[in-house]
Amino acid sequence: MTSSTHRLAGASAVAIAAPARRHRSVLPGFRLSLGFALLYLSLIVLIPLAGLALKATQMSASQFWAAVSSPRAIASYKLSFGAAFVAAAINAVFGALVAWVLVRYRFPFRKLIDALVDLPFALPTAVAGLALTSIYVSNGWIGRFLEPLGLQVAFKPLGIIVALTFIGLPFVVRTVQPVLQDLDHEVEEAAASLGARRWHTLVKLILPEIWPALLTGFALAFARAIGEYGSVVFIAGNMPMKTEITPLLIVIKLEQYDYAGATALAVVMLGASFVLLLAINLLQRWSARRQAGCTD
Amino acid sequence: MSATVAIQSKPKRSAEPLTEPAPVRWLLIGVAGLFLALFLFLPLAAVFVQALEHGVATYFAALREPDARAAIRLTLLTAAIVVPLNLLFGIAAAWAIAKFEFPGKSTLTTLIDLPFAVSPVIAGLIYVLLFGRRGYFGPWLDAHNIHIIFALPGIVLATLFVTFPLVARELIPLMQTQGTQEEEAAAVLGARGWQTFFRVTLPNIKWGLLYGVILCNARAMGEFGAVSVVSGHIRGLTNTMTLHVEILYNEYNFAAAFAIASLLTLLALLTLGAKSLVEWRTRRMAPATDEPKDELAS
Repeated sequence: MTSSTHRLAGASAVAIAAPARRHRSVLPGFRLSLGFALLYLSLIVLIPLAGLALKATQMSASQFWAAVSSPRAIASYKLSFGAAFVAAAINAVFGALVAWVLVRYRFPFRKLIDALVDLPFALPTAVAGLALTSIYVSNGWIGRFLEPLGLQVAFKPLGIIVALTFIGLPFVVRTVQPVLQDLDHEVEEAAASLGARRWHTLVKLILPEIWPALLTGFALAFARAIGEYGSVVFIAGNMPMKTEITPLLIVIKLEQYDYAGATALAVVMLGASFVLLLAINLLQRWSARRQAGCTD
Repeated sequence: MSATVAIQSKPKRSAEPLTEPAPVRWLLIGVAGLFLALFLFLPLAAVFVQALEHGVATYFAALREPDARAAIRLTLLTAAIVVPLNLLFGIAAAWAIAKFEFPGKSTLTTLIDLPFAVSPVIAGLIYVLLFGRRGYFGPWLDAHNIHIIFALPGIVLATLFVTFPLVARELIPLMQTQGTQEEEAAAVLGARGWQTFFRVTLPNIKWGLLYGVILCNARAMGEFGAVSVVSGHIRGLTNTMTLHVEILYNEYNFAAAFAIASLLTLLALLTLGAKSLVEWRTRRMAPATDEPKDELAS
């Protein structure tokens, strides 16, 4: 609240004293650091991405539509988005549970387990794919127990879900964990002393508190899973129409020198990513407001 | 003495959170543990078990093989170029964003995060569109015999893009919470720009900076998708470690694939260890971190 009024006051002061220039910082290096940052950002990120947009505008509408709506492309979207959604949902449920257990309970190796939750951020995706495949193939450590049950994981859509669950695992845990840590115990105690059942307290009090963070974590995991490539290509089997994700289809088009086809698919994926990015930004703002509201 | 302890410990106990009955607690811990075991710990163990399955001699032979050594060299070289560049950018961007007010600041912060929203495959694709044989600059590059795609510059560019936000993202929040007072005091007392940075700012941010660099390095060495698009997979020439793992796996040379993978896994574990260490150091340096809210409010 104070910061926003501050900003408002500052803005009106600037409006009044506009010609007199804003107060200059005594610190040096503003032009140098901002100039270098902008130059580097443009060279590495913005200009190459603009090249992609330019390439897309050079295609005719029918050409673009043909590339993005071929049956093989549609099958890949269904798989990529579907598997990413299921994996993010699994992570939402179990990630919240892991965060709860890590914050609320004390047990051996808690700190070690807490540190290892970040493993999917640090482990190369190719290594993750290789390791998961070796476990879930029919003679692997877990695969051999699933095979008699008629469950095949590796080289099936289920395998893609497993890989994407691994990739997205830290997101929900790391967004929900700080909210749980900051949660006021007094509300829970009050509920308990008023005779509320524990289960009721969880659903009616704690779940609404962590809900924005949980959704943010879900969206982050979903966004990450849509674009994932390394871990999936190992475990998916990569059969066209069956287990071929959209990023792989882009790579295949590129290997055939079909730059236009690859670009069209990339535009679809980028569009989805940007919509998600926007949603995540809104969610995070909501979540921050909620958390700020709690402490007042 | 014991009486005071008893008195002191009493309010603490009543402040303890409410909790579930022990069986429920252990059930929840068990379910969470099973989930983590299936998705985290077993894959981790599998890498090392399968790397060493055929003995230590096979393991080291796989690492000493010429193509493997070339891949390790290329990965180290790529990281040695990428990390300093992104470090420089991270410091510059964080300095501008955390220490100054300017229009478009929040847009800039969002743009820095942009590479995280882009699939690694697309990160590779954009450079192929620019520099590939049929890309915008392809004919010109061909005429001048400059190789970017299917060569080291392409691998470096793709890796730069993918690891672009990492150092900046570590530094921006850190430098923002530290404010500008110390630097302003130094400047008023007559310190020159670089002096202020090296003597005042750097000691304050060194642990965050270190972690940013370590994370950036881990991701640079482990990148697969983006590099796979631009590398051309030429054995002994443009194969990084992760790409070499894929080739060995596709040739059913599992022991060698897992041997290389185990090196990358060790790197990931070291990175996590460094993260814990840095978090522990920052908590010890600033014992007031229990009340970050108060800091923001003041």
